[in-house]
Amino acid sequence: MAEPVNNSSHALSVRDLVVDFVQDTGAIRALDGVSLDLHAGRVLGVVGESGCGKSVTARAILRLIDRPGRIASGRVLLDPGSLEQQELSALDPEGRAMRKVRGGRIGLIFQEPMTALSVHYTVGNQIIEAIRAHSDLSKSAARERVVALLHEVGIPRPETRIDAYPFQLSGGLRQRVGIALALAAEPQILIADEPTTALDVTTQAQILALLRRLQRTKGVALMLITHDMGVIAQMADDVAVMYLGRIVEFAPVARLFVAPQHPYTRALLRSVPNLRAVPRERLATIGGAVPHPGSRPVGCPFHPRCPEVIPGLCATQAPPEIPAGQSGASCFHAMAEADA
Amino acid sequence: MTVLEVDGLFKEFPIRSGLLQRETGRVRAVQDVSFSIGRGETLALVGESGCGKTTVSRCILRALPPTKGAIRFSPEPGKSIDMAPLSRRALRPLRRHIQMIFQDPYASLNPRMMVGDIIAEPLLVNGMPAAQRSARVRELLDLVGLPAAARARFPHAFSGGQRQRIGIARALALDPTLVVADEPVSALDVSVQAQIINLLLDLQDRLHLSMLFVAHDLGVVRHVSDRVAVMYVGRIVETAPTTALYATPRHPYTEALLAAVPKADPALRDQTSAPRGEIADPANPPPGCAFHPRCPYAVERCRIELPALQEIAPAHWSACHRSAELSLRGVA
Repeated sequence: MAEPVNNSSHALSVRDLVVDFVQDTGAIRALDGVSLDLHAGRVLGVVGESGCGKSVTARAILRLIDRPGRIASGRVLLDPGSLEQQELSALDPEGRAMRKVRGGRIGLIFQEPMTALSVHYTVGNQIIEAIRAHSDLSKSAARERVVALLHEVGIPRPETRIDAYPFQLSGGLRQRVGIALALAAEPQILIADEPTTALDVTTQAQILALLRRLQRTKGVALMLITHDMGVIAQMADDVAVMYLGRIVEFAPVARLFVAPQHPYTRALLRSVPNLRAVPRERLATIGGAVPHPGSRPVGCPFHPRCPEVIPGLCATQAPPEIPAGQSGASCFHAMAEADA
Repeated sequence: MTVLEVDGLFKEFPIRSGLLQRETGRVRAVQDVSFSIGRGETLALVGESGCGKTTVSRCILRALPPTKGAIRFSPEPGKSIDMAPLSRRALRPLRRHIQMIFQDPYASLNPRMMVGDIIAEPLLVNGMPAAQRSARVRELLDLVGLPAAARARFPHAFSGGQRQRIGIARALALDPTLVVADEPVSALDVSVQAQIINLLLDLQDRLHLSMLFVAHDLGVVRHVSDRVAVMYVGRIVETAPTTALYATPRHPYTEALLAAVPKADPALRDQTSAPRGEIADPANPPPGCAFHPRCPYAVERCRIELPALQEIAPAHWSACHRSAELSLRGVA
């Protein structure tokens, strides 16, 4: 039984979300009971290695899971506990209500902005279309708003750039256009999936600074998905660490980096190359590789790679999930330490 | 002892347009680049996309003919050959001494070949008999930490990290003197990346390999390299022993790069900053120092006069008019 969700500062709540990809050979579980909350004015960082389910979580929230994937159970609630509460997980993914949410209430920023942008239309026309899909502004009013938006996201000479095609812009400018497009309908929630992974480091720093400024001034809830612990450290208020479809640790950012609880988080942090390393210094490693979600280990999903595995326990039982909104680690070892 | 010496390397690509495909301009991808790599040494070539680092590595492999300059290679002590003017045929006996590790472990292995055959191919091409090949493949699999049974399987059965190990085994098959690794870990997950970095360091210690490590990730570069050359719009702007470059950068672009890296420590949020503007277009670079439009320290001279690389401290070179007077911030 899911606990009732009732907190007005929650912009969005995900409860016990399970996503399966059904194939001839059986169902592959991509998400195995994910619960999290997005809060207005806060940044939730979601971090993990490939296949951990971080992008699937975003796509499930937006009902963008393509067949053969499906939400097997769990709920996604927009404005939980308020009069306008909407259960996104119960809506028709193609329906009008969901289309109003996608790009309307929830803005989306992709790794490669060309995913979101068409090559055939000028950036201005695409953003105007997004604005008019979610408001009743006239074409000329929408155009004025686009110029203001492009200016806001730091695009020089927005009056002329509005008529540029995406291919005429650099990667950094394209991502700024992607952000302007995500902001077009004034969303309360932004989901950014690896927004700077394709960018150079100086451009990345510019885009992260822009995202932080916009998130603060507009008070939006930002869900920032990344594989980069550096980006998490710089941007997040709270952090969810994912592994094989589960949130294995949740903590405020300072606590996660100072006192990580889960052996996976600890190992992940130690394996990040350090700008202050001694030359030729070896890195701490995690043995093995992330298993394919189709061959998910029994018990704790991390136990085959875990240096602190408890014999007879971790390989047979899955550790309990972390209750939404609480800090902690889904790990028998960490739980025993917390109780002691 | 120097294994590779690149001297005044230029590489230009013509820009053609119009009906007659007339040359209307030139992208100066690499301009006057010089560096050397000693035996057992790793030189990292770092910079952002379009800076020319990959073009330099492709010129060294002679996958691209250089426009100008010398690429002197020493396959053995006392012997030095300028590869830049050599024909394909003349290059052939040298190729076995210079091998490449690729970025994408998925694209660089033939999916229809078994792993044992992939690793044995360079041996086969160089005429090694079958019995010896088989023994060498076993040895190489062991060297890179793969089980002997891997030889009879296809690449798809392996994870990204394991595939990169296969690619490394193939590169080492002929006992090369120099390995050129272009972003060898940037496609890998963090935990796997750490394994491959450690493997490269171990192999280098055991085999006394010289390595040119092309990368954009300054964290990775800090772990693997002995010296670093920083490129910006086709030119080396700073080169120094790794520790010195990170602790006391002498070029404003290096300072900006280090400041832009998101540090994996929330307590250091105020130490991350972004330089203004965008990377200059190598087809139309700014006059003077190419970094001047983005440089917070630029003065009039920087807009007019191209700065030359100068030795600012022992083995520490910087191409900045103000290197001597500026005190730049590193990460020590």
